Amino acid sequence: MHLTKNEERILNGEKGEVMERLFRLLVRLGDIYGADKMIPVGSVQVAGVSYKSIGDPGLEFLEDMASKNAKVQVLTYLNPAGMDLENWKEYGFPEDFAKNQLRIMDAFKKMGIVVTSTCTPYLAGNLPRFREHIAWSESSAVSFSNSVIGARTNREGGPSALAAAICGVTPNYGLHLWENRQPTVKIDVDVDLVTNSDFGALGYYVGQQVKNKIPYFTGLKNANTDQLKALGAAMAASGAVALYHIENLTPEADIVEKKGLETISVGKKELKGTYTKLNSGKDPDIVILGCPHASLREISQLAEKVKDKKLKKPVWICTSRMMKEASDRMGFTEIIEKAGGNIVADTCMVVSPIEQMGYKTTGVNSGKAANYLPGFCKQNVVFANIDDLVEGQL
Amino acid sequence: MNGRMISPGKAEGEAIVSTEPIGFYGGIDAKTGVVIEKGHPLEGKCVTDKILVFPCGKGSTVGSYVIYGLKKNNVGPAGIINKETETIVATGVILAGIPCVDQIDIEKIKNGDIIVLDADKGLVEIK
Repeated sequence: MHLTKNEERILNGEKGEVMERLFRLLVRLGDIYGADKMIPVGSVQVAGVSYKSIGDPGLEFLEDMASKNAKVQVLTYLNPAGMDLENWKEYGFPEDFAKNQLRIMDAFKKMGIVVTSTCTPYLAGNLPRFREHIAWSESSAVSFSNSVIGARTNREGGPSALAAAICGVTPNYGLHLWENRQPTVKIDVDVDLVTNSDFGALGYYVGQQVKNKIPYFTGLKNANTDQLKALGAAMAASGAVALYHIENLTPEADIVEKKGLETISVGKKELKGTYTKLNSGKDPDIVILGCPHASLREISQLAEKVKDKKLKKPVWICTSRMMKEASDRMGFTEIIEKAGGNIVADTCMVVSPIEQMGYKTTGVNSGKAANYLPGFCKQNVVFANIDDLVEGQL
Repeated sequence: MNGRMISPGKAEGEAIVSTEPIGFYGGIDAKTGVVIEKGHPLEGKCVTDKILVFPCGKGSTVGSYVIYGLKKNNVGPAGIINKETETIVATGVILAGIPCVDQIDIEKIKNGDIIVLDADKGLVEIK
């Protein structure tokens, strides 16, 4: 890889040991993946935030970095934490878990990272532009920024994203290069998608079929950003799709090369089969919405459904702190809490210890959550649209 | 033997060889350097100050942090030799500053061999 004189100096340790190690990590990853040079990044999103995911080894590493005065050079956000960072006690998150989680957040803050904890940075003040190079981690955020915004990022691991934030650069390979952003499979959708869970089911099915290919969708007539968020999240979870294009909807769809692609058709039968496959339980103990983190529109939908009603079992909607603030102002939070539900910020069901909180069956409208909950949280899953899930609890 | 430098530095020590991949998270105790994975060929053995030889990493990406913790707690291996270093181990050894070389024919190294590792040059010598 070509390194500038300044970059050579970093590798020789002239900017200290922390920079030398982190930069070496980027150079080595660049060598492994055939990068020609380093490119500046506009923003970073770091994964490996929940104490449940990184444990004591991660906590100790981050505290060590912070104590050595490592500082980020670009706008850097975080993946969801393992709990609501403000109301964890009220929602029943265990005390010792909370203590460790808060130490992790302190270490990030010392490094200059914005303590935001969301899988939807683009809804919370970290919005890249079309063609901007970024280094993001969380798979659904990577998919959204690449596909819906047209920014350019590979799927970074926790340490490589942290290194990009502190060095301000990332190796130039993979999805940073135009030639690697071309579709490799065509998905012909011949079924009307109505609810956000329909988009999740489609994403789950396609991800399983195409693994890490780049799909080009035709037949999807319309979709709002909530639905694209659900689609991309499920494809990244059941497969490893980091970029997709949709005819007439996403920014690169018109300009990519789409001749001669293998075609997979998805119809009613495939969609229905996916719903059947993702349902492993019934009568949920808890319904958790907001995977990926809910937009204000999704929070308002829930508020509308539960207004002046009483929920029999807990309903959570997970979101970013910023969306919760807006929800508070609009009175949605009050409506949902009066009905017995909760708006949980900063965390998500997959990285929070819900199995330790006594829940066995979880209702979700997210294809991504349905994919991860059985393994990560030992949950039986009820996968359905928001209407059916919430009405089942009234 | 000549391989590829993953993380620079020099080390000398006794080889501890695993024919199986190593998953550091849940596989090695970061406080003691002892292999704790049930049924692993190195179960119960300590990697501290040894030249740890194994084909490649496996398992959770948190393994990178365990490698860092081993070094920080002064119970880490003196050096690492792999057949193929994947990103979990590469990330861990670079962050920790443990000399590491890959693309080595590790079948030629036996438990207890004294190894001189010059990662800067990608060299592995059996004394």
